[in-house]
Formats: sequence, structure tokens, C-alpha cells
Amino acid sequence: MTTETLAKTPLHALHLELGARMVPFAGYDMPVQYPLGVMKEHLHSREAAGLFDVSHMGQIILRGANAAKALESLVPVDIIDLPVGLQRYAMFTDANGGILDDLMVANLGNDTLFLVVNAACKQQDLMHLQEHIASQCHIESCFDRALLALQGPKAVEVLARLAPQVAKMTFMQFAPVRLLGVDCYVSRSGYTGEDGFEISVPAEHAEALARSLLAEPEVQPIGLGARDSLRLEAGLCLYGHDMSTSTTPIEASLLWAISKARRADGARAGGFPGAERIFAQQRDGVASKRVGLLPQERVPVREGAEIVDADGKVIGSVCSGGFGPSLGAPVAMGYVQSAHIALDTPVWAMVRGKRVAMKVAKTPFVPQRYYRG
Amino acid sequence: MSELRFTVDHEWLRQDADGLVTVGITAYAQEALGDVVFVQLPEVQAYAVGEEVAVLESVKAASNIAMPLDGEVVEVNAELEASPELVNQDPLGQGWFFRFRPADASAVAALLDQAAYERLLNANADA
Repeated sequence: MTTETLAKTPLHALHLELGARMVPFAGYDMPVQYPLGVMKEHLHSREAAGLFDVSHMGQIILRGANAAKALESLVPVDIIDLPVGLQRYAMFTDANGGILDDLMVANLGNDTLFLVVNAACKQQDLMHLQEHIASQCHIESCFDRALLALQGPKAVEVLARLAPQVAKMTFMQFAPVRLLGVDCYVSRSGYTGEDGFEISVPAEHAEALARSLLAEPEVQPIGLGARDSLRLEAGLCLYGHDMSTSTTPIEASLLWAISKARRADGARAGGFPGAERIFAQQRDGVASKRVGLLPQERVPVREGAEIVDADGKVIGSVCSGGFGPSLGAPVAMGYVQSAHIALDTPVWAMVRGKRVAMKVAKTPFVPQRYYRG
Repeated sequence: MSELRFTVDHEWLRQDADGLVTVGITAYAQEALGDVVFVQLPEVQAYAVGEEVAVLESVKAASNIAMPLDGEVVEVNAELEASPELVNQDPLGQGWFFRFRPADASAVAALLDQAAYERLLNANADA
């Protein structure tokens, strides 16, 4: 069995006990679904609360008076003026403006930054940080910490039973919180488009916390299958699919994530890898861009499907696609040539040799329900 | 209605009194696939054994259904177009895919019977 070579999160035994179907993902043996099934897990997360094990993701702490300035040399995001107790979405860019990984950066105060990076990229990200900014700040990988996500409209009610102060947090706030007597980090954020929290907890306390949350009547365990359909409906990018080193933040439609202070006309313009190319693309436009796509038939259109125009000419390809359980219809995202990216433009995907009509559509496909106070 | 036969691809076949054979997937197969959200049904035409005749899409992935024997598809379960979840809810009943006329009617009986199929499942579980 190849699973013996796979890493296990601190909740691995619990997943098996809960009857999860396990799959290899980013080197880990992870739950893709529980007995409830992807469809019901997805819907439950939008109606009540879902608990996700995302401990495979990488947690990294940067410390030092120059940590924010140092990190700014690797991301097109304002870290220096990131307030204490807030987190921000960012991406590591390369010299061509391509995306090495996307990440969350939180300011813990006391010259300490807390990063969450993708599982498949975490070793490479750590080396990237060490290579470029190790002389400017202290870099500590916390890859053994567990990370739980509690997502859905009931998440706040559930977590507030353990720590009432979390109810006052707003979207993207980040705070040290004691849960069941254990020091955790809690952010009001997630990857589903719903209100919710991500909880960083020491590995040895992860199972007790997970069991306690699962004991609440609103909470069901949710696997990677529903995590993917939830994030896709929410229009959120998945690294390695919707963006990569061959796409820039402009091409990936992530200009919103480039902070004003770091743009060509900003107070601290540029100073991150690939800035010239990214600024040139912002000024001159790009050949193709990531857009939302709504198939007009029931057949799901999957990653890799070619996109063609009315004449059958290839104008792009699908980067993520599947069925959106909340929408009750297929949803997709793809890279499409700029002449065809206006909303409602008809395009077609090639699925098993047949053309499937799609429309360029606004993302998110379902309304985001973040708690902004 | 005669007893069911099975393929190693987890399809079931039932030889009906009119000489036609109804095809679906087993409870084990629908469980392994997860929630079915779309079924692409075959055309009403002849297919050779092993040819891809249908596609099942779950939330996450697509799976092919192969023609279990040489034969001509004469009817498809159009209910599945609007209600693909029938494959999960009632795989041996309302979740059937299509009916076909086998080129060789005696070939059906040569497929796995219930006991042989269960041995196959048990062997898979032990692997």
C-alpha cells in the first residue's frame, strides 16, 4: 500500500473513526468525504457548520523588527501597514510575475507575522523565505501544528460557546484565543465563501478540540471534496489549478489582492519579484484572463477542457470545474482570451468531443456571506 | 424477472422476459462514486463489448460505463437526465441506465452470478 509513505495529520485516526474515505493529497492521507457524502457535506456547510481538517497546510512564523519589510520584498501586498490583529491575502511572485504560491499573512503584533501557505508548496515556500529573507528576520516553520476550519452560518454560534469573544471578530481579524484551555490562533476567514473561522492549534490538542466541535449539534465533518466545490462556488482560486508560475496576478484576475501602496503609483511601488511585468500588464492588458464560466447544460465541465468560440477556434481552457451543489448546476473557471471575457459572452467547452454552451459569468457564483460587523 | 448478472466493472444486468437486458451499476459502485450529478446516456444504436456507452459524473469526477456485451441499445432511462441522484438512491431499480438486445442471448448467463460478484467484492476489500 502506498498510503504508508503518506504523511498523517494529527486528526488522521479521527477521520478513520468517522468513516472517512481517504485519498492521497499533497503527500498526506486526507479525508475526501465522510459517510454524509460530498453533496450533503457541501450543503450542510452552507446551512449550518462544517469542520474541515486543513492541517496539511503550512504554518510559518516570521519574527523580527524587519519581518514585514522583508516579506514585502516577496509579495505585492502591503504588510508594513497591516494592522495588528488582521490578516491579508497575498501571493509569492517570481521574477516573471508568475505566482509561486498564495498565502494568508496575519500580524500578531510584537513584530511577529503568521503565514498559512499551501500544503503542496510549503517546503518550497520555506526554502524561498530562507533564501531571500533569512538575514532580515527569524523564520520558524510550524508544520506540525494542526489547522481546523469551522465554516458556515452557525460557526460563530458554535465557537462562541468555547470562547465568547470570537463573536465580536469580523472578517479577516486574527487573534490569540484560548480554546479548552489551550492557546490557539483564530482567524475569522476561510475558503468556502461562508462566515467562519480557521483555528491553529498545537498538534497534541487538535483531536480534543475537533471532538468538542463535532459534538455540537450544528457541526458535521467535511472532506476535501466539498471543500473544493464550496471554494469553486465562492469563486476562490486553487493554487496549481487556477494560478501557477505560468500566470501572473493580473492574468489570474487577482489585481484586487495587489495593495494600493505596492502598485505602480503607490507609496511603496514595486519592490517585489516580477513587478515590472505585472505593472506592464496592468497598464497594457493581458492576452487572456481568468473568468467565471456557467455551463448552460447540466453536464459538468472539468479542468483541462478546451474553450472555443462560435467558430470553433480555441480561445482558452477550463482551470477548475465541477458541479455546484448550492447552485444545483455546474460551475467553472477558465482562462479565456481577452476578446471574450465580457460578462455574458457565449463561449463553448469541448466535453468528450461535444460542444457545451457556457456564458462568461461573475464570480462568486453564490453570494459571499462574510461577517463584516 | 430473472436473477442478476454482474461484470467486473460493477455493472448489473437483468435479462427480461422480452429478451432485452437492463443495465445499471451496483450498490457498491454508486457508493464508491459518491453523489451522481449527471449521467450521459448512450445513443440508441449498436455497441461492441467494452465500448464506452455512458458517463457518470459525480461532484468531483467523471467515470465511464462500458458496454457489458455486444449488442444494440434500444432504450435509455431518460429519468436520469433530470434526476441523476436515482443512481445513488435506487441503483438496482429506478437508477437503471439502458436496455439492450444482446448479439448473443446466452452470453448474459456466462457473466458473474451474485455469489461470484460477492467473492469479487470480498477479494477487493481484502486487497
